[in-house]
Amino acid sequence: MKTMIAITNARLVGGQGTLLLEGDRIAAIGGDVPGTAEIIDAKGAYVAPGIVDLGVFSVDKRACIAGGITRIALMPDQTPVLDEPGIVQRAALAAKPDLWVHPLAAATRSLEGAELGEYAMMRKTGAKAVSTGRSWVADSGVMHKVLTYAASLGLTVISHAEDAGLVAGAVATASETSTRLGLSSAPAEAEAIAIARDLMLAELTGARLHFRTVTTTKGLDLIRSAKSRGLAITCGISPTHLFLSEVAINDFRTFARLSPPLRAEADRRACIEAVRDGTIDVIGSAHDPRGPEAKRLPFADADPGAAGAETLLALSLGLVRDGVVSVERLFELLALNPSRVLGVDSGRLEAGAPADLVFFDADSPWQIDAAKFTGQAGNTPFDKLPVQGRVLKTMKGGRELS
Amino acid sequence: MTSPLFPHRHLLGIAGLQPHEILYLLDEAEQWVTLNRSLTKHDDRLAGLTQINAFFENSTRTLLSFEIAGKRLGADVVNMHAATSSVKKGETLIDTAITLNAMRADVIVIRHASSGAVALIADKVDCPVLNAGDGRHEHPTQALLDALTIRRRKGNFQGLKVAICGDVLHSRVARSNILALTSLAADVRVVAPATLMPPAIEQMGVTPYTDMDEGIADADVVMMLRLQTERMEGGFVPSLREYHALYGLTYERLKRAKPDALVMHPGPMNRGVEIASDVADDVNRSVIAEQVEMGVAVRMACLDVLTRSRRGVA
Repeated sequence: MKTMIAITNARLVGGQGTLLLEGDRIAAIGGDVPGTAEIIDAKGAYVAPGIVDLGVFSVDKRACIAGGITRIALMPDQTPVLDEPGIVQRAALAAKPDLWVHPLAAATRSLEGAELGEYAMMRKTGAKAVSTGRSWVADSGVMHKVLTYAASLGLTVISHAEDAGLVAGAVATASETSTRLGLSSAPAEAEAIAIARDLMLAELTGARLHFRTVTTTKGLDLIRSAKSRGLAITCGISPTHLFLSEVAINDFRTFARLSPPLRAEADRRACIEAVRDGTIDVIGSAHDPRGPEAKRLPFADADPGAAGAETLLALSLGLVRDGVVSVERLFELLALNPSRVLGVDSGRLEAGAPADLVFFDADSPWQIDAAKFTGQAGNTPFDKLPVQGRVLKTMKGGRELS
Repeated sequence: MTSPLFPHRHLLGIAGLQPHEILYLLDEAEQWVTLNRSLTKHDDRLAGLTQINAFFENSTRTLLSFEIAGKRLGADVVNMHAATSSVKKGETLIDTAITLNAMRADVIVIRHASSGAVALIADKVDCPVLNAGDGRHEHPTQALLDALTIRRRKGNFQGLKVAICGDVLHSRVARSNILALTSLAADVRVVAPATLMPPAIEQMGVTPYTDMDEGIADADVVMMLRLQTERMEGGFVPSLREYHALYGLTYERLKRAKPDALVMHPGPMNRGVEIASDVADDVNRSVIAEQVEMGVAVRMACLDVLTRSRRGVA
């Protein structure tokens, strides 16, 4: 007989009453508690679907558990690149049973932007979508084939929206800051240019297309209009681009060196508005833990990326406190919508859904401290920032993780 | 402990310096101009101190200038050549900093091809660090020597029309000069092909021009920049001859500036590209050799001022 667990006194995100788990699934919401059930008293804490983090760069189990993340979609930019069924299979099994890894198949072999990957075979071994990785497919002919082929297999393509020619060699957004620092920069329009082409190709091929990170007013306008035309387009963002603008790179702070780079304040505000009006569908951490060997370098020589898994929920809850979204909508952004992009059955509190849960307190204040990160590295641009909201417990498949 | 007149541990850039601090360094340099013109060009105030010139990017003139400056002040000067080709980036840079520190250098002069690299090293060592050029970020002693040259010729900076012309995008010399000259209330214009104009440059308090004739009109100082041909990956200008036609400083073009306008160049020059040879060699207009002379004096002043707390001098 499967273990029954009843979670009582919880503020369910997207539900009400006692949450009854049976084995690795949610059995019922709001029903009677069987006498045999083990009781977990949530003591008034929120209980929400476990976060599905779409587009992370590392399998960092400890950081995910600390961050309430129960599934990650792993970017293909790994060593070796996720471009072969065996490699995909190994990645898919990397952290089970605690953390489910959904590998993203490299759109092109070695992510070189030239030859199609074996999407169907990679799907068989665990790939849930196709991704162009940290770069854009510069050749429109190749991208046309990527979208056409992925569409025929029913796989979503996740694209990186930065025009390759414009951003070649650039490490910052063109601005007064980049000019003063003497950093090679690219105009923010590099994003909208890339999006415009990919949207045209998606419309042409009927492919489902997701932009992992959209960070500019013009880029978001294009997405908004594509959605209004009924195209199957979605997009995401990370807290870094929602809460920081390009001035964060001052003093050559390599922890704020990101891909795409941080943008102007006006663009940042447009991103917040796009979360509010539903243009942005997904919030993810883009978790990319990097040690000093990759970050304690001159700005342009440092690797891009920030560790984000452990701070994803606390930072995102700022959107709820600021009245941008409700907590229910926030979990659509953090869990339900990324599940849909990947075509996996998770991200909701419903009978029959996996018992992947995060318990959190939305209010308790704390200070982000890079030195206390439990994950692989503490490269956060939010170090010392006071935030509110803590993950209390993470459950995967009905088991509490620690 | 740092001097109240110059309360900075390092000289990493002109950014962050107050106008009176810039002027203080220029004032201090004057005595070294005098000394350097005398027969016995020597002072012992840095005797016993070790000055390491760590150059991660090739340089002849700046390195020589810093070496002479240190030696004239009595320091033990050691040069470390580590062109970026031989020193791999990464841990090595921090390791080098730790190594230099362990050798108990008393002042380190650093040039590096990456913007921000010098500040990174400065953070890891216990002694003063002088930035001798980091990427396209700053080259503070060049701006100081240019300011000293201008002041000795023109008296002061207030309202002085200075046109900085050429490859502004890739130029740390341009950035440091813009910061210094705007801080000293000069009227600074930058002249560059649109492809070599940095984004939002007007927010640094300068007026941008893509037409050189307009940009240098009525100028008191025409400061030419080296066309950084080694950084021209991908071609920002169609050809050197077209660049010369539009942005080369010729006598014909110089007529647009004031009759007594100074012609400056940080060197090394691409003769026939950004500057015509006859203009460069005109002793009545060109102060290019004087800039080199002022460079030694300014660097002596910086070495002196930055090592004072270590020497127990106020």
